[in-house]
Amino acid sequence: MNHENPQFILFGIGFNPSNILMLFVTCLIVFLIAVASTRRLQMKPTGMQNFMEWVMDFVKGIIKNNMDWKTGGRFHVLGITLIMFVFVANMIGLPFAIVWDHQLWWKSPTADPVITLTLAATVVALTHYYGVKQLGMGKYLKSYFQPIPFLAPLKIIEEFANTLTLGLRLYGNIFAGEILIGLLATLGASSIFGLAGAVIPALAWLGFSVFIGAIQAFIFVMLTMVYMAHKVSTDH
Amino acid sequence: MLDTFVLLSANADAGFLASLNQRLNLGDIIVTVVFFTILMVLLKKFAWGPLMGVMDQRAQLIATEIEQAEASRQESAKLLEEQRVLLKEARESAQSIVENAKKQGDTQREELIMAARAEANRMKESATLEIATEKEKAVAAVREEFVSLSILAASKVLGKEISEEDNRALIEETIVKAGEGR
Repeated sequence: MNHENPQFILFGIGFNPSNILMLFVTCLIVFLIAVASTRRLQMKPTGMQNFMEWVMDFVKGIIKNNMDWKTGGRFHVLGITLIMFVFVANMIGLPFAIVWDHQLWWKSPTADPVITLTLAATVVALTHYYGVKQLGMGKYLKSYFQPIPFLAPLKIIEEFANTLTLGLRLYGNIFAGEILIGLLATLGASSIFGLAGAVIPALAWLGFSVFIGAIQAFIFVMLTMVYMAHKVSTDH
Repeated sequence: MLDTFVLLSANADAGFLASLNQRLNLGDIIVTVVFFTILMVLLKKFAWGPLMGVMDQRAQLIATEIEQAEASRQESAKLLEEQRVLLKEARESAQSIVENAKKQGDTQREELIMAARAEANRMKESATLEIATEKEKAVAAVREEFVSLSILAASKVLGKEISEEDNRALIEETIVKAGEGR
């Protein structure tokens, strides 16, 4: 498990090619799934179209739980893309990890805090953007002093805390899952007894990781919409 | 994180980016945002947009179908009511027709019976009359014959010619007496 991340520097900015690769693969898979399931759209849906429509309705339900559909409808595309992206990113590191020359190349992109925090920060930035857009700058700023003015510092801290918790929750769950899978795989590869001992926990943990990956994708989108509703709804 | 900031404060300007690169891949942030945005835009164009369109179309289709079903249901209820009224009218008129026919038949039968009875009476009376006349005639004829026979017989028995006038009166009187006796 003591491997490093590959890195190169371009224009004075550091890049992690492993992250780039995995992000690209994730995007590709999501895109292929989405496009393949919406190729032959029918009034009476069959097969993959059913699944995609279920995902859409699922995200729609999440949004409707948090806000009026009239204001929430514009976040539908964001929500579906986010849930598909995070779910596929969580799943992609489960079957195997590739370490090349002591450098970890194949893993979940969401097992990297930079990526999860970037997603979280993007989401929180979007909530502020739409908050200002929906309410106007005056109301948006005023919302920090409501309901009680002296809690304003806490409300500002809350924004940063939201970003951190949103990103680190996802990162922690997926990273921990991959660490344990890696440990079990190492144990299984060590000897015949190690294999015998590791096979059942590894299977159990893989199943659990699938569950966690799905749950985390759901939670990420759910919290995105909760934060969004906090900012854009007028009745608070 | 803390020693990053310590390091940053140490060589503030020159090594800022370089030292940050040691800790944080700024490029990953850019790549993540760019990739995610591209993915979202592409999916909106190629997958979510058309899918949402189809789902909206379906929702509209279902709404119109429901409306049409409601309309046709009302239409059929109206037609059913009309048919029911028509059927009721037809039944009533049929009943009245049957009653009329029955009534007409009754009167006709009465008339027929009356006519037949009158005819029979008339025929009976005429027959009686005829029989009476015939009888009268027959009696008269027999009487005449009898008279002439009696005269013949009497003239033969007496052997003498008496005035036929007297004889006749005498015999007729006798016959009348005999007829009363009979």
